[in-house]
Amino acid sequence: MTEMLKILFAVMILFGALLSILSAIGIVRLPDVYTRNHAVSKSATLGVLSILLGTFLYFWIIEGYMNFRVILGFVFLFMTSPVSGHLISRAAYNSKVPLWEKSARDDLKDKEKLAKENMSQ
Amino acid sequence: MIKTILIISMAFLTFAIFVTIYRLVKGPSASDRIQALDVLGINIISGVAIFSVFLRNTGFFEVILLIGILSFIGTIAFARFIERGVVIERRKQSD
Repeated sequence: MTEMLKILFAVMILFGALLSILSAIGIVRLPDVYTRNHAVSKSATLGVLSILLGTFLYFWIIEGYMNFRVILGFVFLFMTSPVSGHLISRAAYNSKVPLWEKSARDDLKDKEKLAKENMSQ
Repeated sequence: MIKTILIISMAFLTFAIFVTIYRLVKGPSASDRIQALDVLGINIISGVAIFSVFLRNTGFFEVILLIGILSFIGTIAFARFIERGVVIERRKQSD
């Protein structure tokens, strides 16, 4: 039974490593900043959350040692990783990094132009 | 068995870190590089967690929390620097 649980937690960690390798493939293959940001800020976050959960459960159930620092790191990463993704993407847009040339439309540009026209009136 | 799975996971993470370093070197804009550094920090957190399971040692849990906080603060500082040119803004003087 304990051996089964050990294997289960190890597979959880392996799943997290697979998700982080998926985000690495995304960061190389995708064409522009925004799509890369999309790939990375989701799958890398889920991967590290899975790894931290596996670590916490391993030390809690197998070793009988409960440590809430891992859970604190879990919650902190879950809160801050999308925020940092958003900040990077906004900084990229405001410093005028171009979109992929095949992307269909850019709603934010129209909105900025409209705001400027309203300002000038 | 569990050691084998952990070693395989470490190998995957190492591959992911090298691929991210490729984007860090090549990336055309500065935002790509900041993104790559952010992902690098997250991958290092995963590596420390896997290593603490591998060694069956609970002494590395502070490192996880610390790297998470430092990586977030660094990302915020770089993003603000790219967007506005300064990290900490001065108080506006009354004119």
